[in-house]
Amino acid sequence: MISPNWGRNEETRALIVLVVFFKERNSFPFGEGWEGAFFMLAKRIIPCLDIKDGQTVKGINFLNIKSVGDPVELGAMYAEQGADELVFLDITATHEGRKTFVQLVKRIARELNIPFTVGGGISELKDADALLSAGADKISINSSAVRNPKLIDDLALNFGTQFVVVAIDAKNYDGRWTVTVNGGRIPTEKELFSWAKEAENRGAGEILFTSMDHDGTKNGFANKELAHMADMLKIPIIASGGAGNMDHFVDVFTEGKADAGLAASIFHYKEIAIPDLKNYLRMKGITIR
Amino acid sequence: MKIVIIKYNAGNIESVNNALIRLGVSAEITGDHKKIRTADKVIFPGVGEASTTMAYLKKEGLDLLIPELKQPVLGICLGLQLMCSHSEENDTPCLGIFEEKVKRFIPELGMEFVTKVPHMGWNNITNLKSDIFDPSLEGQYVYFVHSYYAAVGEHTAAIGNYINLFSAALHKDNFYATQFHPEKSGPVGARILENFLKL
Repeated sequence: MISPNWGRNEETRALIVLVVFFKERNSFPFGEGWEGAFFMLAKRIIPCLDIKDGQTVKGINFLNIKSVGDPVELGAMYAEQGADELVFLDITATHEGRKTFVQLVKRIARELNIPFTVGGGISELKDADALLSAGADKISINSSAVRNPKLIDDLALNFGTQFVVVAIDAKNYDGRWTVTVNGGRIPTEKELFSWAKEAENRGAGEILFTSMDHDGTKNGFANKELAHMADMLKIPIIASGGAGNMDHFVDVFTEGKADAGLAASIFHYKEIAIPDLKNYLRMKGITIR
Repeated sequence: MKIVIIKYNAGNIESVNNALIRLGVSAEITGDHKKIRTADKVIFPGVGEASTTMAYLKKEGLDLLIPELKQPVLGICLGLQLMCSHSEENDTPCLGIFEEKVKRFIPELGMEFVTKVPHMGWNNITNLKSDIFDPSLEGQYVYFVHSYYAAVGEHTAAIGNYINLFSAALHKDNFYATQFHPEKSGPVGARILENFLKL
């Protein structure tokens, strides 16, 4: 069953209705291939697991971290429930901790049957190489890309753009969306949209945008900024920060034009179950696996 | 049953083995001609670029070995593309097992917002025609990551739909191939791998 995306304009909606009508009756009158543009990839639901010393944690506004369990177990459970992808972020700072993380990624790769991204502390090619060899499908870089933008080019060149997710944490300071580093604590000189564009030009395969103003609030995603970014970029955008209820996901895929919605605490604390969320989105006409 | 995954300079070979281990079997990852020739099943996976990968296969003599295999062979992603006759990716002549040609996705003007390249994420497969599929898999979602695709042709065994229709799977004699990643496609992908192992 193909479900159209209802978040677009009236003309497109009318066309989609027509296409679905013919498609369901197996009699498409306009020639094969033409309808391709109207059927889209499923929007992705991505639980994010923050890892410290091998355990899953989630901070409220990145502070007051609470532990919520074994990452492999939690990841496998989400995969079974219908998560489309998972993100594992290592927030361990120590060198020993990093070695533990590579071992953990190996265990995740053996257990999970869906794609997953890993991030945290990747500042050179060999860090990324170790994680990819351990079985990660993509790697995510954040502060290290801000400090050394050429890292994006190097990673894309060596491993392909589809492996490189550039994560951006940004905050609105008096009307200027400013890129922050170190878990949102330190503002930088970079402006959100120009940095996102630069990341794309350098070879990012996806942007993971977290609004630090929305993160932890449960008041919804930064849809205005996300939509603006979607209009500017050709690569997929993963929206993060602010998910509090199921309608927030509807909004992020329609108003926010995001390709994927990422959240942590609402899944970890079982405030929203993934099967319920996916059914709800499907009911709202959003293309969901 | 002896399963071999062809080892070459491509990424993510290990993840196919992980998927097999989850199904309770395991494979040897090798480039050894004798081991490949005598295996019961051969898997030819891969993520990477066509021309450098073909150059490597030639250097190892695998370009001559693979098309002559008699046991069931499963190509995955770049594996599928290399089993075709030619790829537009750096104008590369490929193994020629399937006559289909590999082209680059070109987003339609004004539709870039819904048709980003690479085609990455979950999309459905239809018009299934091969013994690695069964009726329950018609219309199911599988995971894709690719910028190039094999055109629809005589050996198309599943149709994918992104920008245009393309071959989500190919099948000819003992050669099977999927453009998507069954090893990353949840229970649907596991089912396809199981069906291949049962051949």
